[in-house]
Amino acid sequence: MTTRAHPARVRAAVAATRLVNALSRRFGAGSGSVAGGHAGLAIDPGLLEHLSAGRTVALVSGTNGKTTTTRLLAVAIEGALGRAATNATGSNMPTGHVTALASAPPGAPAVLEVDEGYLPQLVGTLGPDVTVLLNLSRDQLDRTNEVRMVANKWRRALAASPGTAVVANADDPLVTWAACAAAARVWVGAGLSWREDAVGCPACEGRIEFVAGPGAGWACRCGFARPRLDVSLEGDQVVLADGTRLTLTLALPGRFNRANAAMAAAAAAAMGVGWTTSLERIASVDEVAGRFAVVEVGGCNARVMLAKNPAGWRELLDVLCPGEGPVVVGINARVADGRDPSWLWDVPFERLRGRTVVATGERCRDLAVRLHYAEVAHRTIRDEVAAVRAAWLSTGAPSSGAPPRNGSAREVEFVGNYTAFTDLRARASGRGS
Amino acid sequence: MSLTVVVVHPDLLGTYGDGGNGVVLVQRARWRGMDADLVEARSDARLPAGDLYCLGGGEDAAQTASAERLRADSVLEAQVARGVPVLAVCAGYQIVGRSFAASDGRLLPGVGLLDVATAKGPGPRPVGEVLAEPLDPALAPLTGFENHGGLTTRGPDAPPLARVVVGVGNGDGTEGTRSGHVVGTYLHGPVLARNPALADLLLSWATGRPLEPLDDAEEEALRTERLAAVRPWTLRAGSGRQGLRARGRS
Repeated sequence: MTTRAHPARVRAAVAATRLVNALSRRFGAGSGSVAGGHAGLAIDPGLLEHLSAGRTVALVSGTNGKTTTTRLLAVAIEGALGRAATNATGSNMPTGHVTALASAPPGAPAVLEVDEGYLPQLVGTLGPDVTVLLNLSRDQLDRTNEVRMVANKWRRALAASPGTAVVANADDPLVTWAACAAAARVWVGAGLSWREDAVGCPACEGRIEFVAGPGAGWACRCGFARPRLDVSLEGDQVVLADGTRLTLTLALPGRFNRANAAMAAAAAAAMGVGWTTSLERIASVDEVAGRFAVVEVGGCNARVMLAKNPAGWRELLDVLCPGEGPVVVGINARVADGRDPSWLWDVPFERLRGRTVVATGERCRDLAVRLHYAEVAHRTIRDEVAAVRAAWLSTGAPSSGAPPRNGSAREVEFVGNYTAFTDLRARASGRGS
Repeated sequence: MSLTVVVVHPDLLGTYGDGGNGVVLVQRARWRGMDADLVEARSDARLPAGDLYCLGGGEDAAQTASAERLRADSVLEAQVARGVPVLAVCAGYQIVGRSFAASDGRLLPGVGLLDVATAKGPGPRPVGEVLAEPLDPALAPLTGFENHGGLTTRGPDAPPLARVVVGVGNGDGTEGTRSGHVVGTYLHGPVLARNPALADLLLSWATGRPLEPLDDAEEEALRTERLAAVRPWTLRAGSGRQGLRARGRS
C-alpha cells in the first residue's frame, strides 16, 4: 500500500496521535501509546510509511528478547546517529510504531520492536534498512500462528524487500530459513537453548540434527544447514569474522542477554556504528522496561523478571539456578499471555527443588499442580503482593517496616509471565534498596 | 511391578504441553509405590515397547510426519491389540483415527485405532476452555482447553468420551472417543493434570488392578477454579449445546 504523503494530513495525523496519547496518559485510560496510534492511522492510513521517510529504520522481532534488544540497539546507536524513535514500552504493533515515530523529530533514526505476526506488514510498509531476527518458538498458541507458519511469512516478506539487511540468529533454523531469503545477511551465532520447535526442517520437513560442543551447529540431510557465522558468541566474548575478540561486559544477567547484546551490536554495526562503541554504550544498561529491576513491593525487595514461554523459562532458570533464595512465580492467562497455560509442563521446574517457591497469579492453581508433579515444595497465594511478602518472610526478614538497607542482598526473586509481571510492576511502590 | 509410559514423538507432537500427561502418569504410579519410567520416543527411531502410550498435539506438517512414521512402525496397533492403553490428544487423537485432513486439505490415512475421521472445520478454530460430562459415571466432569482446526466424526464403533457442556470438542456436541483402552480427546491442560480420575483410569488399565486413592488436593483446587471459571457463563447463556457452540466459535 503506497499512498502519497499530503503534508497537511500527515501533520494533522501526528498532532492527533500526540494529543490522544497525552489525553490517554492524563486520564489514566492507557499507557499512552495505542489510542493515539489509532487516531493517527484513522486520519492518515499511510502514516507509518510517511513518518518513516527520511529516517534510518531498524526493526527487531522474534519470540523472546525483542524489548531488550530494541533498547540495546537504540542505546548503541544514540551517540553516533542521535536519539532514536523507539517503542520502549513494548507496544509492538503498528499503533505503537506510529506513536514512537510521531513523538520523535523528523530524521531521527527509528529502532522499532515488532510483534512477530506484524513483521511482514512492517517490512513491506517501512522498507527498513536493518531487520533483526532473534528466535522463533512456541508462544500464545491460542491466538498466534504456529511458528513454522510465521517463519514462512517472514521469508516471503524479506524476499520482497531486497533493501533490508537482515541480522539473524543463525543458531535458530526457523530464523535462518526466513533470513536466507534476504538480499543481505549478517549471521550471528546467538545460541538457542530451546530446540523443541526447531527439529522439523523448514526446507524439506526432514529432521534437523544439532551438534553440541565446539563447532556446534545444525544441519538437515537435504543440505539446509547453519550458515557460516559472521559473528559468534563464546561465553562473554564476541568473535568477529576477522578474528577480532571483544569482551561483553553487561549489567544485565544471563546468557540470553549476552545474545541480545551481540545481536544489537551486530545491527548497530550494520547501521555504521563500530562494535567497540556499541558494546561500551550497551554495558551500562541495567534494566529494560522493568526487567531485572529490584523494586519495593509490600515492604519487601523483589527482583522482577519476565519469562512467558518455555524458551524464555529455560534461559531464566539458568539465571535463577543454582541459588538459594525464595522464588515467586506468577502466572496469568489473559489474552496477552495466551489463555492456555499448558506450556507450564514444558518448563523444567524440577530445577527449583529445595527452594522456597510461592505460586501466584490468576492461574496459580495450574502452576501449583505443575510444581506438585515436579515435587517442588510450594505455597499457593493468588495475590502477587501477598505472595512476595510470604516469600520475603521465609527469609527471616523483618515482618514490617522498611526492608533492610544494609546491602545484605536479601530479596525475593519474582518471575512472572507477561501480565503477571506488569501487574506486579504496577503495584510496586518504588525502586528497592 | 514396573510400568513404562511412552510419550510418542515429543519432537513432533510436543507443541501444546501434552508431554505433561506422561509426567502425571509416571508420578501417580510412583506415588503408589510402583516402579515407573517415562520414555520419550523420538520419531527417528522405531516406537519402543511400553505399558501405556501418550500422543499429544502438534503442528500440521509434524502431524503428517508422525502419522506416516507410526503407520510404517505398526508397533502401536500391535500394542493396542494386546490391550495396552493409549491416550491421544488433539493432533494425536486425529492420527489414531481412520483418516485426518492435512493442512492442504488432503485426506491422509491414520493409524486406525479409533473409528473416527477428522475433516477441516468450516469456521475459525475452536479455541477455549472446555467442560464436558463423561459418559462413564466413574469419571468426574472433564475440564481442559481446546485449540484445533479439525472436527471429528465418530463412526459406529467410536462412542464418545463425554458430552460437551462448554466448548466444541468433536463438533457434534460430544468430546473425544473411548473405545477399548484407547482414549482420544481434544483437551489440553494437560488433560491428565486437570482430570486425575482419567489418569487413574488409564493407569488401572495398564496395571490391571485397582489403585489406592492419592491426595489430590492440588488437582481439586485447580478443578474447582476451572469449573467455576466456565460455569457462570453457562448460566448466562442458557444450558445445552446452543450456548456452548456460540462460545466455542466466537
